[in-house]
Amino acid sequence: MPKDHLITSENDIGIELEDSGEGCDTRNGKPTSGRKRRRRRESKKERKKDEGRGSRNAQHAVDSGERTEKERQRKRRKDREEKAEHVQSLDKSKVNSRDFAAKNKKNLKNEKTRSKGIPKREVEEGEAKQPQRKGCAKAEENEQDTCERAGKKKGKKKKHRKKVETSSEHESSEDGDKEGEGEDEEVEEEEVEKEVRPETLTPEELEKLKEAVDDKKKLIQALRVKPWPMKKKHSTLRESQEFLEKYEGALGKGKGRKLYAYKVMMNKKWMKFKRDFENFTTACIPWEMKIKEIESHFGSSVASYFIFLRWMYGINMILFGLTFGLVMVPEALMGRPYGSMPRKTVPRAEETNAMDFAVLWDFGGYAQYSVLFYGYYNSQRAIGWLKFRMPLSYFLVGVGTVAYSYMVVIRKMARNANETGGGDENSFNFSWKTFTSWDYLIGNPETADNKFASITTSFKEAILEEQESRKDDNIHLTRFLRVLANFLVLCCLAGSGYLIYFVVRRSQKFALEGFENHTWWERNEVNMVMSLLGMFCPMLFDVISALENYHPRVALQWQLGRIFALFLGNLYTFIIALMDEINLKRKEEDVVQFNMTMWEASLHNNTASDNSTAPPLFTHPADVPRGPCWETMVGQEFVRLIISDTMTTYITLLIGDFLRAVLVRFLNYCWCWDLEAGFPSYSEFDVSGNVLGLIFNQGMIWMGAFYAPCLPALNVLRLHVSMYLQCWAVMCCNVPQERVFKASGSNNFYMAMLLVILFLSTLPAIYTIVTIPPSFDCGPFSGKARMFDVIQETLESDFPAWISKVFSYAANPGLVLPFMLLMVLAIYYLQSTSKSYKEANVELKKKLQMQNEENKKKNKRAALKAAMELEEARKAPSPRVAEQSYNPSHQHRRHDMADSRAGSFSSDQGRNGDDQAPFTDCRRSQPVKASASTRGRHANQGATAGYPAGHLRQSEPAKLQRVASTQRR
Amino acid sequence: MGATASHLGKDLLSEYQELTFLTKQEILLAHKRFTELLSREDKNLPEPRAPTEAILTLPELKSNPFRERIVRVFSTSESRDGLTFEDFLDLLSAFSDSATLEIKSHYAFRIFDFDDDGTLDENDLEKLVNCLTGETDDTRLTPDEMKQLISNILEESDIDKDGTVNLSEFQHVISRSPDFVSSFKIVL
Repeated sequence: MPKDHLITSENDIGIELEDSGEGCDTRNGKPTSGRKRRRRRESKKERKKDEGRGSRNAQHAVDSGERTEKERQRKRRKDREEKAEHVQSLDKSKVNSRDFAAKNKKNLKNEKTRSKGIPKREVEEGEAKQPQRKGCAKAEENEQDTCERAGKKKGKKKKHRKKVETSSEHESSEDGDKEGEGEDEEVEEEEVEKEVRPETLTPEELEKLKEAVDDKKKLIQALRVKPWPMKKKHSTLRESQEFLEKYEGALGKGKGRKLYAYKVMMNKKWMKFKRDFENFTTACIPWEMKIKEIESHFGSSVASYFIFLRWMYGINMILFGLTFGLVMVPEALMGRPYGSMPRKTVPRAEETNAMDFAVLWDFGGYAQYSVLFYGYYNSQRAIGWLKFRMPLSYFLVGVGTVAYSYMVVIRKMARNANETGGGDENSFNFSWKTFTSWDYLIGNPETADNKFASITTSFKEAILEEQESRKDDNIHLTRFLRVLANFLVLCCLAGSGYLIYFVVRRSQKFALEGFENHTWWERNEVNMVMSLLGMFCPMLFDVISALENYHPRVALQWQLGRIFALFLGNLYTFIIALMDEINLKRKEEDVVQFNMTMWEASLHNNTASDNSTAPPLFTHPADVPRGPCWETMVGQEFVRLIISDTMTTYITLLIGDFLRAVLVRFLNYCWCWDLEAGFPSYSEFDVSGNVLGLIFNQGMIWMGAFYAPCLPALNVLRLHVSMYLQCWAVMCCNVPQERVFKASGSNNFYMAMLLVILFLSTLPAIYTIVTIPPSFDCGPFSGKARMFDVIQETLESDFPAWISKVFSYAANPGLVLPFMLLMVLAIYYLQSTSKSYKEANVELKKKLQMQNEENKKKNKRAALKAAMELEEARKAPSPRVAEQSYNPSHQHRRHDMADSRAGSFSSDQGRNGDDQAPFTDCRRSQPVKASASTRGRHANQGATAGYPAGHLRQSEPAKLQRVASTQRR
Repeated sequence: MGATASHLGKDLLSEYQELTFLTKQEILLAHKRFTELLSREDKNLPEPRAPTEAILTLPELKSNPFRERIVRVFSTSESRDGLTFEDFLDLLSAFSDSATLEIKSHYAFRIFDFDDDGTLDENDLEKLVNCLTGETDDTRLTPDEMKQLISNILEESDIDKDGTVNLSEFQHVISRSPDFVSSFKIVL
């Protein structure tokens, strides 16, 4: 063990002592059970076989065992003597106490093992049961041997071996084998015997075998987590597998045995299947190579955006699957076909240009009257031969998408939080910076250079921060500037909000007048303004934030917060304006409804006057007057928003990144300054901005998906294109970031934003669903007072009465309120427990520190004791010899020594007299002698402790420094 | 070792899957990449060993400041240079996405332990910081800063105050870090 080799503070003695004691216990404990087993088996054997031979065998075993045992003992004794001599010589020559401590420790351990070993052996001899015992002794021996060799690698290996040894009896024997001892063969033989006659096993033995088998299985499972070289893992795996194959069959009897074997086989198959399935799923994860390439070029933070994008893509795929599979396809296949009813037909007035590209691009015309929007769906309760409950399905899918999104986001957040471990963020600031700041994925030299620079600055910053806690020279100016900056930002936000509101109102006016007489810009004003604001305001914020003079990390947070506020403000202004429009439409609807009745009445009147018996006049569905259908309008607005947002993103990408890169690259040949290094340069990939964009895009999807089932599909398409386009753009025209931010540190920040957006975007959607009555002539809920009435309807007509009764009871406020109260209480309880856990954590930390202090004190005491023993040992041989080994160069040290020893060595002074130097020393040290002897001991302690430090420094400075520091403490 | 997939036996492949955190495809890819690193005469040896220089040319390791240490830690040969295929798999397994924090931190510790003595002492930390700050002089820390930094590190993570960071202390520190697992990765 490298530790043995190095750490020399006296506390190791104590630890080692405990260690060896424990080790022996475990090793002695296990074999006893084995011994018993063996005894039983041997008695059986003896009964069967010729007794004399058996006893002779046993005798032989005993003899050989004893012989080896004796040899070993002799060897050990010799070892000990050698060591003792060594120690003495060391003492004499005053080699540091480091070695002394190590030797002493070994010595103590030797003694320990011997004292443990010998009486046991005596007990054993009567029983003549050696092999296991020998194995144990052998293991000890081995341990000592390796300990003495104390090669570093060896040590490490041994540690594992120890672990393995304690894990199961069989393993210990195997380990013994591995070390080149053939003694455990007997154990193996035993096992073979066992296997041959499984029916002779007693239940206990079976139990033991089963345990061993389970242990092996666990070992195999845990093998990959072990930091061993492959060879070792491989051999262990092979051995354990062989073992399993051998003994798994032996478990169980008769029928049970067959079943067991079957189970084992199925288990194996299942494992294989699982592994194959895992392989398959990892092979199915898309864009792995692309992301990897980006990772190696830009580090994990840029790659984290793409991983986030992929994750979003996955979510949208599922949302798309839900809406497509359960809403759009059934309606398209089984619902009434296009043109069969007014809501499914383009009205006569629009028919002429319903197929124009401009109209389709705006999702008007034929696109509006299709499965893509809410208005197309029929309120028929069940459609097709499957009797598919269309309205119910529509409603449940709407709820389901939201619920699923919540679940996924929260689960992801919880997992992230788990990974980060939570708790004290700042307690390991420097260590984390050192140990975890390198990104091993970086494979690009340029990125690596940036990383070096950023790590260096982060170190320097941290040191500066540590050294002086912020000295602001002109705090008033900074404060003023910050207030000013925030004021400006607020102005920007308010301005953008007003602008959007204004534009939406204006577009309503245009809509009333009819879009035909307006230009393209006037028609698309709302979306364009929103996109442009989203594009330019962040830049403005960036400029403003230069005023504030924040730390870059803080500045980034402010920037993110502001952009978030901007987007949110814009979105909500948009929604408020939309609400106004909805109200307008509903007023319009009332008028239309009134007109409809008039129109129908007139129709009736006409027919009635003509011929009362004639069938009702057929009017083409395109000619039937209809309501404005606000739901479709909302859906259309969102779809347009998404489209224009996507377009702006792509165009910014092309112009801002690609065109810039091209210009910089090629104009650089004929420009008056260096474009690449100077002003325009290449752009960096803006992770936070892109993530925010993605989050808001998703928010719009969640908001609009209820009224436009095509939104998830559109989003999937958008994300797919984004993936390729952005991957390409990043690789071809961006440069690695100067400040490389950590990826996962902000992961949960982004997820929290996503959650907030999810909440905020479901809010208006739910509000409209719950409070506004659906249009009377379009959509799956037409004719109902509220959209959620569809649930009531289904419960009443499709389920037995008792279910609706139960449901009505469950919906009773008397039940709901207590339930909510319970939830609140549960949250409170969990929160308080987590708080108490945190406190307990802090408490434990304190305890740990206290214990360390305590240990140190104890160690000091142990060191004192050791020093005393040293003293005794020194006293025993003639001091002459000790004096001789003094080196003249150590003169001053000798002074110290003499000083300290003055009390105890007073009797030797006469003999020392002929030596000049010590004599004077002693004379000088008279006052010390006069002082109390207890003080002398103290001084002595200090001298012996401080001593080796000076001595060894010449040879091994680093290690020694440590020794010195520990001992001084 | 001509054909890549065929040379790795099916049993061996499944055993490797059992023993590492790698999937089948990853092992095969690793094998392909590994054979590319071998010289012609090496390929005929029973257990070919790719020389350190060849491994350091891998783009995944090329700009890693710890590349020599990584090879040293994972090498099983006596002279600690060059990797066999199994060593290479060990490396990839430890750096793979699904490896546990425990094994990652174990190997990270060994990589950072420059003198292989089982603890991170001041010299190790100094070398580590120098690796992180790069080779050039303008990014290097001044001696004062270095001293301050190292004392801060030890203050934080040296729990038993013995002047060095040992494995358990290291793992304790690392386990709290939010981004160790995500950044301690090498993907072929």
